[in-house]
Amino acid sequence: MIQYTKKIILDPVQALGRYSQLLFKAFGAVPEFSTYRKNLWEQMIHVGIDSMPIVMLAAAFSGAVTTVQTSYQLVSPLIPKSIIGSIVVPSMVLELGAVVTGFILAGRVGARIAAELGTMRVTEQIDALEAMGLNSIGYLIVPRVIAGIVMFPVLYVAACFVGIGGGMLVGHLGGFVPMGVFVDGAREFFQPFDPIFGLIKCLVFGFIITSVSCFKGYYTRGGAEGVGKATTEAAVASCVLLLLADLILAATLL
Amino acid sequence: MISVQNLHKSFRGKAVLNGVDLEILEGETLAIIGRSGSGKSVLMKHIIGLLQPDAGKITVDGIDINAISYADLRRIRQNFGVLFQGGALFDSMSSFDNVAFPLRTFTSMTEEEIEHVVLECLGMVELPEVGAKMPSELSGGMQKRVALARAVALKPRYILYDEPTSGLDPETSNTIDDLIQNLSDQLNVTSIVVTHDMHSVLNIADKAAFVHDGRMHWAGTIDELHRSDDQILRSFVKANEYLIGK
Ligand SMILES: Nc1ncnc2c1ncn2[C@@H]1O[C@H](COP(=O)(O)OP(=O)(O)OP(=O)(O)O)[C@@H](O)[C@H]1O
Ligand SMILES: [Mg+2]
Repeated sequence: MIQYTKKIILDPVQALGRYSQLLFKAFGAVPEFSTYRKNLWEQMIHVGIDSMPIVMLAAAFSGAVTTVQTSYQLVSPLIPKSIIGSIVVPSMVLELGAVVTGFILAGRVGARIAAELGTMRVTEQIDALEAMGLNSIGYLIVPRVIAGIVMFPVLYVAACFVGIGGGMLVGHLGGFVPMGVFVDGAREFFQPFDPIFGLIKCLVFGFIITSVSCFKGYYTRGGAEGVGKATTEAAVASCVLLLLADLILAATLL
Repeated sequence: MISVQNLHKSFRGKAVLNGVDLEILEGETLAIIGRSGSGKSVLMKHIIGLLQPDAGKITVDGIDINAISYADLRRIRQNFGVLFQGGALFDSMSSFDNVAFPLRTFTSMTEEEIEHVVLECLGMVELPEVGAKMPSELSGGMQKRVALARAVALKPRYILYDEPTSGLDPETSNTIDDLIQNLSDQLNVTSIVVTHDMHSVLNIADKAAFVHDGRMHWAGTIDELHRSDDQILRSFVKANEYLIGK
């Protein structure tokens, strides 16, 4: 029992310690940019471009569903239809755009990063990089984290446009709210800080997903089973931390 | 010169190395022999600082590699070529790119010059035509040889080979032995060869070191190896001689 309690309390603390240590080393490797410049491009394509279709699909549907549900809840004739636009747009910009993108990247990019680095670890490829005199953290982790921070906002902006577009289209075609009215509603309650807040979230989420997954992958132990474990843990830990960060950011910045 | 003094290492309480001493002089080829699981690969990883000793000291050219900064350690590592037991080829790159990787990373050679060196190295391991293949498309022995080509591409001063001939047919083994010998003769490379293969040891090594029970049980020249009457060493060598049919 005591053993178990110890484990529950100490393990996350130890993990946090090693995670910060890894981040510290990664920051130390940032100046050696030239050695991993080529990697950065590759990673930006993996993180950004390859994820674009599925992010847009998910965003379009969440925008559409939000529109339908909002109009379903607002049956009273006293409430103007434009309210739908004033609800859907901020939902997308403040929360859904970033969170939907985040979950998809956690599953897609996070798992991929952990599997890739984990395999490299257990097949001694990371040792081989180190043995050559390369900084493996700089070479493998820094470009992935930078790619996450750079590409997440790009995906988020696309998600917002597509999501709002999807909501507007379904609202119009489904007869819930005409497009012009939707846009009027969106304009009326538009807060310039909303997209800024969304972008701040993106930077944080992009950092969390890539750095946590790199951490899980880089310290993989124990063969194929270890790689499997690291992959799942990377996706789960990214999602949980993402939600936590979401709450903290909302509570402090809004 | 590489020297290992009183090296201790255990994993989760289980001692693997228990006070190992070792010395390799410039230009020498040392064979490290010992039974499977005796800690040969662990010893090799300590020499390039991939593992940190629990106790003891490792020096390369007089520098204690565990007492210097990471940047300095990396500079020292650039003098080494390492062949890992499993090859450790980068599986996201073709064989060509694997061998070219250290050249692209650490030299300012043009692509043309790099191609020349890569083809030369692949030729040395008798795989001139596998450049375009991915590691997963190669047999285990071929992967090992491409990895060997990668390890020697930069013509390092020190080369560590972890079982360079295991899993190879006798003829290819001889080619690899010759390659190791040539590198050591022509470029004055200092080599450490971890091996089970007594045949290779006799072919290429100047000295041998026998790891047993976590210690350097025996070390000496090949001549001395022949004449040694150490029981444990004799039985290890005998078991091998039986295998190579002497
Ligand atoms: N990273 C590690 N974690 C835990 N134990 C390890 C680790 N690396 C090696 N060991 C243990 O150390 C011992 C020696 O391993 P090592 O790989 O050095 O053997 P070896 O002499 O190279 O054997 P072989 O000839 O079969 O390659 C083994 O018992 C192994 O289980
Ligand atoms: Mg070994």
